[in-house]
Amino acid sequence: MAHLVPLLVALPLAGGFLMPVVGRLTGRRESAAALPILLAAVVLVMAVWLLLGADEPITYWVGGWDFPIGISMVADGLSRLMAVIVATISLVALLFSIDYMSRFTSPGLYYGLFLLMLAGMNGVVLSGDLFNMFVFIEVAGIASYALVAFGTESDELEASFKYLVLGTVASAFLLVGIALVYNVTGHLNWAKVAEGIAQAGGPTVPLYVAAAFFLMGFGLKAAMVPFHAWLPDAHPSAPAPISAMLSGVLIKASGVYALVRFVFSVFGGDPTLGWVLIVLGVLSMVLGALMAAGQEDFKRLLAYSSISQVGYVVLALGAAAVMRARGVSEGIVGLAVFGGLFHLANHAVFKALLFLCSGSVEYATGTRQLKELGGIGRRMPVTGACLRVGALAISGVPPLNGFWSKLFIIVALVLGEMYVLAAVTGVVSFLTLMYYAKVQRYVLGGEPSASVDRAREVPAGMAVATVLLAVLCVATSLLAVPAVRSRVMDPASRAVTAGGAAGPRERLMTADAEATERAAGRETRRAGVQPAGEALAVDAHGRRPAPGPLGARGSLDATGEGTAP
Amino acid sequence: MTLAMLPFILAFLLLVVGLYAIVAKRNVIKVIVGILVLDYAANLLLVLVGYRTPPEGGAPVAPILTGGVKGVDALAAAAVDPIPQALVLTSIVIGLSVTALVVALAIRLYEKYGTFDTNLMRNLKG
Repeated sequence: MAHLVPLLVALPLAGGFLMPVVGRLTGRRESAAALPILLAAVVLVMAVWLLLGADEPITYWVGGWDFPIGISMVADGLSRLMAVIVATISLVALLFSIDYMSRFTSPGLYYGLFLLMLAGMNGVVLSGDLFNMFVFIEVAGIASYALVAFGTESDELEASFKYLVLGTVASAFLLVGIALVYNVTGHLNWAKVAEGIAQAGGPTVPLYVAAAFFLMGFGLKAAMVPFHAWLPDAHPSAPAPISAMLSGVLIKASGVYALVRFVFSVFGGDPTLGWVLIVLGVLSMVLGALMAAGQEDFKRLLAYSSISQVGYVVLALGAAAVMRARGVSEGIVGLAVFGGLFHLANHAVFKALLFLCSGSVEYATGTRQLKELGGIGRRMPVTGACLRVGALAISGVPPLNGFWSKLFIIVALVLGEMYVLAAVTGVVSFLTLMYYAKVQRYVLGGEPSASVDRAREVPAGMAVATVLLAVLCVATSLLAVPAVRSRVMDPASRAVTAGGAAGPRERLMTADAEATERAAGRETRRAGVQPAGEALAVDAHGRRPAPGPLGARGSLDATGEGTAP
Repeated sequence: MTLAMLPFILAFLLLVVGLYAIVAKRNVIKVIVGILVLDYAANLLLVLVGYRTPPEGGAPVAPILTGGVKGVDALAAAAVDPIPQALVLTSIVIGLSVTALVVALAIRLYEKYGTFDTNLMRNLKG
């Protein structure tokens, strides 16, 4: 089972480098899709197997090198849930690509970049340490910059440039954060960093400076307001399956997931950071919804709506951290976390569905302007029906999945006595219902307009992809059923709430490795000098054998002073 | 505040310079230069974090083992922390690929607009 973990990254990575060659060999565009679809299906099967296979977190040491030296990949409940979501959306988006991408050139490069992005996202959710996560965020990021520009028209290039510049700023912030955390704790491994923070008696000022850099970096990647400027340009400019991937999973894997890992698994659900998450979440939720309501372009509306919906997830998780610090019962905290993660999964499904539908509509009519559309349902019954399911799901109409996750979030906020936040969430849900009513009225309602009149139903591959997601919109409601929930969602919720020094990642280390580490660590600390021979090995993992010239704390204070004014 | 903190402060200043170029400059090439400065400020900071002097004083050496396995102990005592250096190497490679991509984008943008001025590239509302 443990050997599945690296394969989740290695298979798409290898496929990514093979595809440009395969694409050249297979002359026909449709056949170029075979290998990526096969790989995505295999990855999905493996991810589902991991999710259902075992309860205990799995740690894989890359190259067989054990604890002090090696790099770890960790698959706990949250990682597995994310891996399944990523693989599902990827597979559907690839199915959709077969026909949709026939209007573009170089299918080999497209599928190659797609698989690189998939490998990057799987790497992000399975990484056991900060720097590896950073590297995989970059892999996924660079592939997505190129994919946004894939159309190579002026809009795409401009959007990609903007996305790349802000993405690079985010990466630089993350790297600075990593440097600061390494300076204070001497570790990069999530669990060891958490332990280091716990030993210091909770986060200190230098660690909060590092946290500020991380929050800015992940906030940019997740497009939380006020770091959202790139998203409404980048997501609509990409080809539709890529928009679905970016909005559906990329901002969640390299933004929200990383943020959650950082706040909960490393900082142990620190309430100060919890409040920051709440503020970011509320801002994103409210402003995203208000800006979405004013859009005339179908895909831009969906992009702003992504900002708003991701705000729900971040708000719920931030509220969970704050509630726990206030001593609210574990059940309610767990409900908030569950609501957040459930909404994350649901948003991946219905936002991917809506972006694919917008792609189908654009494919058939050649326009994305809401006012030029109308009566799509008459000419394209399948796409129209799927679009309606997606719009109803995201507006939170029962019995579709969006209703349940929003309900859980609001109930958890009320039970946790955060009435104002619950009210804001309710109001934003109503706003969401309003602007998706507008989408339905313009796109589906009325007589077919001039541009819609000649439209035909899209080819089978695209239709199958949208129908699959529409079915998933109904099926994911089942995640709220206790039996399914305890199997799929609860391990993920536990991985979040059990964060901190005593978190699951701590237990991951095998007994042997931990004993070795303890022996080495204690010895070093007591003697103050490096034990012979161990030094380089210990270094290779990331512990500082001896304090730097300033001492760990001192130098960080210096850097803190450098930025504070 | 000792002299040893000066490199850290300068690295942060460099970070601010890079951010300033990205935010304030309206020329695609200058923004790219800003990205590079920002990137290298982060790399520099990471290398500085790994700097440490040997316990018995004197200047540290590079963490490269030249004298065979016998020299391990001496090297471990005298060398700077090798981890950040490994991280920076990775980061430089990432920076290289981002730079290659952004320069390619800049060339394509120039072909479309005939200018590097971002004020004249305003199709998208932001």
